[in-house]
Amino acid sequence: MTLGSEAAPAKSSIINDPQIRAIFYQIVALIAVLWFGWSIWDNTQTNMEARGIASGFGFLESTAGFGIIQTAGLEYSEESTYGQAFLVSLINTIIIAFTGVVAATILGFIMGVARLSHNWLIQKLATAYIETFRNIPLLLQIFFWYHAVLKPLPSPRSIYERGEEIAFGINNRGAYMPDPVFGDGSNLIWIGLIVGIIATIVIDKWAVKRQMNTGEQFPVFYTGLGLIIGLPILGYLMATVFMGSSPVTFEYAVMKGFQLDGGFVIIPEFIALFIALSVYTAAFIAENVRSGIQAVSHGQTEAAHALGLRNGPTLRLIVIPQALRVIIPPLTSQYLNLTKNSSLATAIAYPDLVSVFAGTVLNQTGQAVEIIAITMAVYLSLSVGTSIFMNWYNAKMALVER
Amino acid sequence: MKFKTLLAAGAAIAFSTTMASAATLDDVKAAGKIKCGVSQGLPGFSNPDDEGNWSGLDVAFCRAMAAAVLGDSNAVEFTPLSAKVRFTALQSGEIDVLSRNTTWTATRDNSLGLEFVGVNYYDGQGFMVRKDLGVKSATELSGAAVCTNTGTTTELNVADYFRAQGMDYTVVAFEKADEVVAAYDAGRCDVYTTDRSGLAAQRVKLADPEAHVVLPEIISKEPLGPAVRHGDNQWGDIARWTLNAMINAEELGITSANVDEMKGSDNPSIKRLLGTEGSVGADLGLGADWAYNIVKQVGNYGEVYDATVGPNTPLKLDRGVNALWTQGGILYAAPVR
Ligand SMILES: N[C@@H](CCC(=O)N[C@@H](CS)C(=O)NCC(=O)O)C(=O)O
Repeated sequence: MTLGSEAAPAKSSIINDPQIRAIFYQIVALIAVLWFGWSIWDNTQTNMEARGIASGFGFLESTAGFGIIQTAGLEYSEESTYGQAFLVSLINTIIIAFTGVVAATILGFIMGVARLSHNWLIQKLATAYIETFRNIPLLLQIFFWYHAVLKPLPSPRSIYERGEEIAFGINNRGAYMPDPVFGDGSNLIWIGLIVGIIATIVIDKWAVKRQMNTGEQFPVFYTGLGLIIGLPILGYLMATVFMGSSPVTFEYAVMKGFQLDGGFVIIPEFIALFIALSVYTAAFIAENVRSGIQAVSHGQTEAAHALGLRNGPTLRLIVIPQALRVIIPPLTSQYLNLTKNSSLATAIAYPDLVSVFAGTVLNQTGQAVEIIAITMAVYLSLSVGTSIFMNWYNAKMALVER
Repeated sequence: MKFKTLLAAGAAIAFSTTMASAATLDDVKAAGKIKCGVSQGLPGFSNPDDEGNWSGLDVAFCRAMAAAVLGDSNAVEFTPLSAKVRFTALQSGEIDVLSRNTTWTATRDNSLGLEFVGVNYYDGQGFMVRKDLGVKSATELSGAAVCTNTGTTTELNVADYFRAQGMDYTVVAFEKADEVVAAYDAGRCDVYTTDRSGLAAQRVKLADPEAHVVLPEIISKEPLGPAVRHGDNQWGDIARWTLNAMINAEELGITSANVDEMKGSDNPSIKRLLGTEGSVGADLGLGADWAYNIVKQVGNYGEVYDATVGPNTPLKLDRGVNALWTQGGILYAAPVR
């Protein structure tokens, strides 16, 4: 009797067993989520079919039929496919995001340090810069720079003669410079560059070890700079001697009927977007830098001085590494912002991913679901990529507890 | 509890398949207004004034639909759309009808989920240049920088044209029409290209309209017309016959001024159109006075043309091919019978 009543709860425990229950609900939830996702997908498909909207990714292989103003060195013509148009616009987005991030970082650090300057004028100028550019909507700044770039520049027809060759020039069709053409033997230059970089890394490792062991320092920076610049030049000279002529030639822009033909062109749309994005983002970075430096207590500097370190090494070895720990996380989000903000390119005809792919291609093919999905995936990957890199850098910079 | 909600949401989505093609007519009647997609400001076609009142040839079409369906030409909500986003807006149900100088093409009609209902302006693509360039023909444009809109047939035609002529060009494509005009005016491009009607309209916005010329070449066919969502035939019929009614009214000599008088006419064609005979209105799911309301409140095609884009407007566009077939043009609407 008592035994039986004890066995009963043991039997019912299969239903009451919290673990089994948990697993059961997990499975049910998973099925529900999968079914939910499938329903959305199936529904979209059915509805699009009912409305006569094409679907699938086959469109990437159809002919695009439109021109793109900046093709980033890729093969692209009106006969190319939508897939190629996607690649070109993706590269254009990466170009503007990367150059923007580099410029915004440099300008932001300068402004952030200037804001803490003891020089009254410099400090006020930096403050004015930050407050102005942080508080004006970015789109407005893009338009401002675009028209500020375009309006004062002359048209090529008004300043050049027909047939004239131009090495460097700026006009309302863009900034022109010679386009380097790498001929036979130019491989030596690249080999020089790669060897230079590797040698610098090796020397750096060696110098650190030597300093650990002997305390002696080695001028890694200048040596590395010398190698990275010197070796390619050496390669160039060797190639010139062997080949009897320079391996690199320059193609100049030539004035044709309406505008300059050839040469290396930076279009005004890029210039305006680049200035706007970097100036705007730098204002935010400057504030991050300022707060980062202020976060390092003055006692650190005093202690370093007491140990006999001069001002330069104090800043480089004591203050900046500690400030960076505070600066890097918000810096990452500024980089992500800049990347995403680069999609405002559409407004001024810079052919980025949103303008060309999520714009023209979407309009031409009507495949909103596929195209927006691809576009979101691209921005997500760019953001995640940036985050991963910055997290790695952050971990490298973080305090190593011993 | 959470699970139940999830289940309910899933069911709602899974079974809503049939809901998606619900009749636009019922939605419009329930809302008491038509949602009409127009341009972001193209004088003569769809343009807001200082108080936000829209007017133009394309706007009149939406007003005519509202008059036919709801008996009130003001029962329209206008949504300004860039060329780029207009089709998505229609596909997603943000608007009920797209009346925005849109070219009827095979791709758009067949794979974008649109249904074109006719042509309210026969046009072609042209080029505008500064007079001081001294260019007389489009064949002299080799190497030119060309400003235009993204998401247009214009962008494609210009590529085709320059390629066929074996000429180089660079295309600078903006999303907003106003930015195209501003960039062209600032000298970014040698050429501004779009539909010729668009050139006439946008020219008004240039700093010095007289300093520019439109070149003689017409490089494409641009039949501009309204479109609705694919798959709702009734709504498509209403849109198609709204346009036909406006054109037929002109042909039959019915105007907003004489439409009341005309209601007493013995001409059977007029009687059928104005609903004193036959059941055309009822067949469309509308009242018998659907066409009467269109003409009374909006006017016939000719009246609207003259008031919006005709020779006495800033656009100064002659009727040309857009005249009735009886007057040497190609405007020819199917009869109401
Ligand atoms: N008809 C062409 C071009 C239509 C188009 O968007 N044209 C421009 C230039 S005229 C326009 O309407 N802009 C006015 C606006 O965007 O507000 C098409 O359907 O693709």
